[in-house]
Amino acid sequence: MSEEQHSGNWWIWKVFWILLGVTAFEVMLGILKVDGYLPEFLVFDTFLGLAWLTHIFIVLTLIKAGYIVLVFMHLGFEEKSFQWTILLPAFILVPYLLFIILSEATHAYLMM
Amino acid sequence: MADSLIQNDMNAPAWKGGDVPYKASYGKMMMWFFLITDTLTFSAFLTGYGFSRFKFKDVWPVPEDVFTHFPFLHGDHPLLFVALMTFILIMSSVTMVLAVNYGHKMQKNKVIMWLSFTILGGVLFLSSQAWEWGHFIHGDSGAIELNNADVIHVVKDKEIYSIYDLMGADSYDGSHHAFELADVKENFASDSELGLRLYDKTFLDHSTSIEYLDQNASKVLLGANLTSNEYGHVLFADYFFFITGFHGFHVFSGVVLLIILLINTIMGTYERRGHYEMVEKIGLYWHFVDLVWVFVFTFFYLV
Repeated sequence: MSEEQHSGNWWIWKVFWILLGVTAFEVMLGILKVDGYLPEFLVFDTFLGLAWLTHIFIVLTLIKAGYIVLVFMHLGFEEKSFQWTILLPAFILVPYLLFIILSEATHAYLMM
Repeated sequence: MADSLIQNDMNAPAWKGGDVPYKASYGKMMMWFFLITDTLTFSAFLTGYGFSRFKFKDVWPVPEDVFTHFPFLHGDHPLLFVALMTFILIMSSVTMVLAVNYGHKMQKNKVIMWLSFTILGGVLFLSSQAWEWGHFIHGDSGAIELNNADVIHVVKDKEIYSIYDLMGADSYDGSHHAFELADVKENFASDSELGLRLYDKTFLDHSTSIEYLDQNASKVLLGANLTSNEYGHVLFADYFFFITGFHGFHVFSGVVLLIILLINTIMGTYERRGHYEMVEKIGLYWHFVDLVWVFVFTFFYLV
C-alpha cells in the first residue's frame, strides 16, 4: 500500500461504510420480499434456475467479498503474481464445483 | 517489516533460495495458502447445501420463516438478528484492520486497544450465535411429522398456529415439553378455525385436516435437532448446525488466537521483535472468518 494511504484511517472507515450500506440494502430487500413489496418479476422470474433477486444478492455478496479480500486483507496491494496465486485456485475450482454439483442436484430433483 | 523477510542477495544465483518473488514473508504466505484450502472447504459445504436445497426445493423451509426472533422483542422480525450479527462481525473486522494499521506504526497502546475491541466483537458474535442455536433447537411453533417424514404445520387463517397454544402450554416456562399426537389431534378437532399447511405450502380446511391427520400423522415435533426439524426438511437443520457450527468454531479459534496475540502485545513481544507482523497474520485469519460469514449470511439467511 502506498504511504499516502498508510497515513490515515479514512480508507478503513470508507470500506466499513460500504460494507454496512450493502448489508443494510440486502436486509432491506429481504424484508421487502417477506412483506411482499418487491416487484413480482424479481421474486418469481428466474434466470439460470435462480430468481433475479437471488442474482442481485449474489452480486452484492461478491462486492462485499471483494472489498474484504482486496482492502481489509490487503491482497489488492500485494504483488500481481501473488494475487493470482491466491485467487486463481478459487476462481477455477469454485465455479467448477458449483457447476457439477448444482447441475447434478437438478438431475436428482427430476429423478425423485 | 523488511527484516522478517529473507534478505535478497542480488548476487546469489536464482533457484537456490533467497529470492522473494512475491515480496511477502513466509508466515503471511503460508496463512494465505491455508486460507485457500479453507475457502475450498467452505465452498464445498455451501455447495452441498445448494445440492440438497435444489434436490428438495419443494419442501425446503423458507429461511425468513425460520429466523424471525430477536432477543427481548415480541413478534416477527425476520433477518433483524442475523443483520445484527453481521454488523458485529464487520465491526470487529474494522477494529482488526485498525489494530494492524497501528501495528505498522509501532503504536503498542493503540494495538492493545483495537485488539481488545476485536476480541469483544468476537465474543459478542459467539454469544449471539449461542442464542440463535438455543432458539433454533428449542423451536418456535412445533409441527407434525408424517409417516413419510414430511413436516406439516397447524394454521389459523393461513398463519402458522403454535402447538403450544393449541395445548395451552407456555413454550418458555423452562420445562421440557412433549405432546402426545392423540392429545394434539383431540384439541385440533375441537377448534374449527384450525387447518393444516402441507409441506408444499398448500392448505387444508378443518374437516379434511382431521382426516389427513388420522391417515398420515406419526408424531409431534418440537424444535430441531440432527434427526428431526419442526421447520421442515431435516437436512436444513443438519446443514444449519454443520455450517454455522464450523464457522462458529473458526470464530472461536480466532478469539483464542487474538487473546494470545493481545497477551504477547501487552508483554512487549512484538516491540522487542521490531515488528507487528503477527497481528497482520492473525488479522488475515480474522478477516477470512468475516468473509465466510458474508457468504453464509447470503446463502443461509437471505436467499
